[in-house]
Amino acid sequence: MFESYQFDQAYDEMFVSSDDPRLPYQTLYERLQELTPEALHQRQQAADLMFLNQGITFTVYGNEAGIERVWPYDLLPRIVTNSEWSVVERGLTQRITALNLFLNDIYHAGKILQDGVVPRDLVYSCKHYRREMRDLRVPRGRYIAVVGTDLVRLQDGQFAVLEDNLRVPSGVSYMLVNRQVMKRVFPLLFQRYNVRPVEHYGRALLTTLQALAPSERQNPTIVLLTPGVYNSAYFEHTFLARLMGIQLVEGRDLLVHENIVYMRTTAGLQRVDVIYRRIDDDFLDPLAFRSDSTLGVAGLMNAYRAGNVALANAVGTGIADDKALYAYVPKIIRYYLDEEPILPNIETYLLTNDSDRAYVLEHLDELVVKAVGESGGYGMLIGPHSTREQRDEFRQRILADPRNYIAQPTLALSRAPCFIDGQIEPRHVDLRPYVLYGDQVTIVPGGLTRVALQRGSLVVNSSQGGGSKDTWVLSE
Amino acid sequence: MLSRVADSLYWMSRYLERAEHTARLLDVNLHQLLEQASAPADRRIARLIASLRVTLPAAIAEDPYALTSTLTFDAANPDSIVAAIATARENARQVREQISSEMWEQINRLYLHVRRAGSDADWRSEPQQFYIAVKEGAHLFQGITDATMSHDEGWQFIQVGRFMERASATAALLNVHFAGEQSNTLVSTSLEYLDWVGMLKSCTAFEAYCKVYTAEIHPERIAEFLLLNAEFPRSVRFAADAVQRALHVIARTTSARNAGRVDRLAGRLRATLDYGQVDEIMLDMQSYIEQLQRQFAQIHSAVNNTYVSYPADSVIGA
Repeated sequence: MFESYQFDQAYDEMFVSSDDPRLPYQTLYERLQELTPEALHQRQQAADLMFLNQGITFTVYGNEAGIERVWPYDLLPRIVTNSEWSVVERGLTQRITALNLFLNDIYHAGKILQDGVVPRDLVYSCKHYRREMRDLRVPRGRYIAVVGTDLVRLQDGQFAVLEDNLRVPSGVSYMLVNRQVMKRVFPLLFQRYNVRPVEHYGRALLTTLQALAPSERQNPTIVLLTPGVYNSAYFEHTFLARLMGIQLVEGRDLLVHENIVYMRTTAGLQRVDVIYRRIDDDFLDPLAFRSDSTLGVAGLMNAYRAGNVALANAVGTGIADDKALYAYVPKIIRYYLDEEPILPNIETYLLTNDSDRAYVLEHLDELVVKAVGESGGYGMLIGPHSTREQRDEFRQRILADPRNYIAQPTLALSRAPCFIDGQIEPRHVDLRPYVLYGDQVTIVPGGLTRVALQRGSLVVNSSQGGGSKDTWVLSE
Repeated sequence: MLSRVADSLYWMSRYLERAEHTARLLDVNLHQLLEQASAPADRRIARLIASLRVTLPAAIAEDPYALTSTLTFDAANPDSIVAAIATARENARQVREQISSEMWEQINRLYLHVRRAGSDADWRSEPQQFYIAVKEGAHLFQGITDATMSHDEGWQFIQVGRFMERASATAALLNVHFAGEQSNTLVSTSLEYLDWVGMLKSCTAFEAYCKVYTAEIHPERIAEFLLLNAEFPRSVRFAADAVQRALHVIARTTSARNAGRVDRLAGRLRATLDYGQVDEIMLDMQSYIEQLQRQFAQIHSAVNNTYVSYPADSVIGA
């Protein structure tokens, strides 16, 4: 089954070399040798059917109005050892703590700007910077309560941070569902490994949200605010609301009266204390932001400013995951914590910097260019896979608005074995662990491993033909 | 519970009931429709269209094949079975976290099945199997609902939706079949006999009727059975009882401000049926049923005004 398994310069998650699996993959390797492609295929079909019948779908935009698709699931688990995980855990805790301090600082005194560690114009020119947040006291000082950080494994086997997602990161429901499906499809194999559980994520998320409630409110009411059924992540919204036992609300279910947020129930209006919002800043409050938004709640920002309601995440956190500011995160960590970053960054060229820009424009065919405020794999140029027209187009775009782009070397993302067309073949993967920051930082051991299912592709996003697999963090 | 959620549960349940009712009616009528090209068939088609309370272009209404296809598979026709199931599922999707996973999976499975069937030529030419699948799918959903969901406020709204739809659909069916029907004599001709049996069957009421009245078919008894029987789950009275009970529990749970009106309207409907006399009803069936339909409409809008789209300032400052 491994006949067409090929190696290249990327780190292989499973093998040291051909027929020589890494230690944690040994048991999986032996089990796979016992199975026929037909047996694997049957399991794949059983898994696919579970996803379809449960309606675990996402919506693809720009495709005939809202088509629901099942997110491709790969059968084989991705395995992370306990010692690898503990580095990830410490590194993310450090990073999130520092980024939260950074947000608090730039929306208040701005010391890091005065000290010239981060350039002022970079912050103020970011489109996710929100003046409305100046001097607003955020409950408990927690700007980023829910984070999903994208990690990649480099050629030397080290994890590095590719992106911080500090606004409304998604995908955690797939982490949980993938595990459910895995346990049903490979019960024996799962048992043979000592896999750390992820099932307590819902409980941990609820505790985190409760920690944000105004302190005088006994038994706070927590709700999840969704843009509605046509949002690409709607499945996840319903999944999380049910997991936590909280109400899933839309903007039209809420109203603000005298700076207090209420939801409309069959028994009349009920006060709301914490909103886990899965709506972007722009659409949150038509009075404060985009006035054409019908998804938000008029007056919400006033209630927020008055301290009568907590939002997770806070408004304006997108500034800290701007891809140009990303280059400064190591400095941010040193500045606030006086520590060396545990997880490295990827080398990043800032196109506002003349020498960087000159270099990037010379080497567009080798680099990856990304728009700073985009996510989901939109607005990207992958140099080695691009056409001359695409490169010319990006050259024009960069020259027109250099602040809006950054460039990075094309990474050889690590590759993990996937079951594809009756064969096991390696595909590029990343890893998105989910970090919660309420009273303290909590990271469930695991995350979402996203897979670029097209041979050779480096793009793992669900909207761009990616899939996912279960991620096992071993307990020893 | 959120007003929007209550509304979605209500409509989810109503649309699924509607899909099942349409499937049953078509199933019963189809066989005869396709076989008889004579005058009684035309009359049956007209009745079928009237019982379903739909309006269709004449070209479709005259052609039995086009008619069944439009009412069954045409997703663009909001009265079709496929469209009703899609709407029910869409409402379920909006409240996925409120219903049990098993309920969602069942309605999703049903939806996927009818959508596949709608684009399959074999299914389209042999829709009988399709109707059976729809009926079974809807029954399974109801069973799963009762067995896996807490019988809380949300479940009560599901009951209200289901039985409002059922009461109204059964009443409409009766109205059509009794239009111009003056005789309260025993049915003798075989054609007429088949008509009445067909009508009972479209409410799955034939066997239940026989147990009470024997196989002697008598229009007045049919009217009594489908309107006033307290034990048969598709009778109007049974449905009105269920609506009233569910609304009563909802009023108690929410202690809503204007529940009095809802309670009164539902209670009045129930009393109308509890103490109805079939001989009096038979004197003017049409106006009796029109009056019932008016009461259903009043209850529907009272529920909406009390629990779903009440004006916010009526609560603030109270």
